[in-house]
Amino acid sequence: MAAFSTRRLSSYMVLGIPIAWIIIFMLVPYGVLLTYSFWVKKYPLFVPAFQFGNYITVFTDPQYLRVLLRTLKISALVSLASLLLAYPFAYFLVFRLKNQSLRVWLYMAVIAPLWVSYLLRAYTWKSILGTQGVLNSFLMSTGITTEPSTIFLYNQSAMVVTLTYIFIPFMVMPIYAALEKIPNNLSEASADLGMGPIRTFLRITLPLSLPGIVAGFTLTFCLSFGDFIAPFLVGGPDGLLVANVIVSQFGAALNWPLGSALSVVMLFIVLAIITASDRLERFGQQGH
Amino acid sequence: MASIIELNDIRKVYGGVIVGVDHVSMSVEDGEFVTLLGPSGCGKSTLLRMIGGFEQPTAGQIVLAGRDVTYEPPHKRDVNMVFQDYALFPHMTVGENISYGLRMMGLPRSETRSKAVEALDLVGLPEKIDQKPHELSGGQRQRIALARAIVRNPKVLLLDEPLSALDANLREQMQVELKHMHEKVGITFIMVTHDQTEALVMSDRVIVMEKGRVAQDGTPAELYDHPETPYVANFIGTTNFLPARVLSRDGGSVVVEAGGTRIIAEVGGALPEGEHIRIGIRPEKLHFAESGASGPGNTLEGRIEEQIYYGLGMRTVVRLAEGSTVLVDGLLPEAVARTTLPEIGSNVRLSIAPHNVRVFAAEN
Amino acid sequence: MSTASTDTAMISTVSRARKPGLVSRYAADMAFMAFVALLMAFLYVPIWVLIIFSFNDSRTLTWPLSGFTLDWYGTLFSNQDLLAAIGNSFYVATSATILTLIVGIPAAMAINKFQFPGKALFRRLILLPITLPGIVTGISMLNMFRLFGFNLSLETVILGHATALLSVVVTQVYSRLQRLPRSLDEASADLGAKGWQTFLYVTLPNLKTAIIGAALLSFVLSFDEIPVTFFLTGRENTLPMYIYSTMRRGVTPEINAVGTLIVLASLVLIVISVIMSREANRSRQSL
Repeated sequence: MAAFSTRRLSSYMVLGIPIAWIIIFMLVPYGVLLTYSFWVKKYPLFVPAFQFGNYITVFTDPQYLRVLLRTLKISALVSLASLLLAYPFAYFLVFRLKNQSLRVWLYMAVIAPLWVSYLLRAYTWKSILGTQGVLNSFLMSTGITTEPSTIFLYNQSAMVVTLTYIFIPFMVMPIYAALEKIPNNLSEASADLGMGPIRTFLRITLPLSLPGIVAGFTLTFCLSFGDFIAPFLVGGPDGLLVANVIVSQFGAALNWPLGSALSVVMLFIVLAIITASDRLERFGQQGH
Repeated sequence: MASIIELNDIRKVYGGVIVGVDHVSMSVEDGEFVTLLGPSGCGKSTLLRMIGGFEQPTAGQIVLAGRDVTYEPPHKRDVNMVFQDYALFPHMTVGENISYGLRMMGLPRSETRSKAVEALDLVGLPEKIDQKPHELSGGQRQRIALARAIVRNPKVLLLDEPLSALDANLREQMQVELKHMHEKVGITFIMVTHDQTEALVMSDRVIVMEKGRVAQDGTPAELYDHPETPYVANFIGTTNFLPARVLSRDGGSVVVEAGGTRIIAEVGGALPEGEHIRIGIRPEKLHFAESGASGPGNTLEGRIEEQIYYGLGMRTVVRLAEGSTVLVDGLLPEAVARTTLPEIGSNVRLSIAPHNVRVFAAEN
Repeated sequence: MSTASTDTAMISTVSRARKPGLVSRYAADMAFMAFVALLMAFLYVPIWVLIIFSFNDSRTLTWPLSGFTLDWYGTLFSNQDLLAAIGNSFYVATSATILTLIVGIPAAMAINKFQFPGKALFRRLILLPITLPGIVTGISMLNMFRLFGFNLSLETVILGHATALLSVVVTQVYSRLQRLPRSLDEASADLGAKGWQTFLYVTLPNLKTAIIGAALLSFVLSFDEIPVTFFLTGRENTLPMYIYSTMRRGVTPEINAVGTLIVLASLVLIVISVIMSREANRSRQSL
């Protein structure tokens, strides 16, 4: 029985470090965040209280509500754009490309930008789309336009392009993994049973890759939802997202309780999306 | 002959409900080759893993060489295991794999190397010492796993489905090799398998398990010729079962009505007249009787429905007069041309000696 | 006669049947390839723009290029603030990586091996930062440090990074652990190894490449991190924070020069990680 207790001791150590870390650096901070969200702003900073004023502000003040809806819209557009680019790409790699090493190279080529600074990837779009930027000067030097256009930068489409550019690897990875898991003989069996390629895709491949789509959508949506760099660099006045508003509450506006309430809302939206996508994935797996 | 391992009333319950092993007791003698045989889920692997120390019984006691080891962790037991997937350490060479257990015993490196060489000689792969497991074939990995386990000279060697990952030809070859290895090293072997042939070929004694319990324990010949239950009769080899009714008793034999006729079976034990029972007959103990002649044994009449040629012999499906079917296996010696066998549709008489008829309780 | 006629009938059917859809298949493949080429352009033209303009001798980033210069790189190396920021980033990324490994490896093992109450929550919390925007981690930790009266510094940034990156280490190490057959641990114990010996001689060597891969990725992500750093740093800046503050002033070729160097460094790390995963693949074949 002595051996048992030493074994148990080492398991406590293995478990203890991460559990302690999670409590101190995740659970406690989230608790504090939640607490602050009920406090009241008061010069110079804020005072303890328990009231829902901050939340009421978030959900009734049209200024915040509009930002929230805009953020949801932009995130959805980014996820959709990523999906439309990533799915055909992953499909081509897994099912149409016969050359094994070319497949690995192309996959790596899409994933590799993740290793390159996120900030720089956003910045380079600013330098491309700006009034004095590469795109404008290029168009002018080739004679397509005669004067610099302001339509490229500081708007929502610039933001969608930039965020799609940044987060597309997160869409490719899970879809590729899901497609790779589908046994080749399933589509062969489908063809054997008289299904054409399009119906085979719609009835076999697409449903089986759904977990990958869900995972990719979740990742790109949540990551764009919390971004404040791209809006800052390419977003312009009507392009502020929730995260920018939070930043300003902790900065210039100096309203930490309201910023905390916004963060809590963001946390809950993300948790809701993760839970929903978990359910969806599990549902998809039960389907077959 | 002293017993090296004793299991006393072992019970394993999962989650308080599912019974994995149910009051199993057994003892294994020093130097024996014992096989636990049964379908998956019968508790045989759990039993083996409890002897190895990877699982603890819910109740009961495991005694190894006179010492209670029931709750000892694996590294404190003098037993070693050949794993089903071999579990060779992929980052170590063959030599390092084999030396691992010796190093854990505290032997110096020089000594472990020479012992590893010896063990590799024993399994016939001395030249592989510096290769990595992934460079070896399945059969070679199997041998290395064996060498790694026996190099520690354990009191008992446990083999968990050791041949299941090999293809058919290699499996037959390894069955014989393992048996020879057992004779050479003199260590007690306890093997788990679901393959009856493997069990019969290799072991001194076979323990057939059913739903967590021991169904029958005996030598291969005992199990094959005298199965105590229909389960054993069917798990080891094939058996024709016919419902029967006891007509009369006469000393060491009993007369029953089965297959539309009277059949004499040699049995001990009490069987009241009129009792509904089942008789079991091995397909190869049934013979086609010469037409017209009635031999000393029992005779069954029927019609040939199907013939299945399987190289070594011919399996014939015969429908008896009363409706049930039996299988008849016959070897095909050169002298017997296939044409001399009765054709499909023809009526035949089958003979069976009374000592080859087994009597079992009726199905409920 | 009858067999001969069926034969000819079959031959004629065979000759009439064409390979179906060969042309459409070819067209589809061409369309796919064109699509892939465009996607590659979308992904890599911006990076080339970044690199090319770091060598252009104009202060503005306008086409056509005006001439070649290395001046922008020259000014970088005389920029004391920038060099200090690089030093800070190395300090932060190294420490955060080590910390997150110390916490993450046991966490992955616990998820893989143990059953304990609250395991589902434990797992979910650890993996949360993959999808959770960094800003939430940053703000919640900022609030906590504030409440307990800690001063913000590079060390608070390290704690924040280690927390956010835990999920990276845990997913990588856990997926490797899952591929390791459990029988390896059992075989080691069976051969007389105690728990720590099994960890040291069997588990750790088989996790090696996964750990190095996770460490590399953590290092890169920490080096590059902004959202958490933004809220948790004190007076000192990390490299991305420095670049970020420069960007407020607009687009300049100096940023392109720093960017080019970062791309170069990333390339080196990518190559290392590819070599790592190749090695991992090779050893996995043996399992």
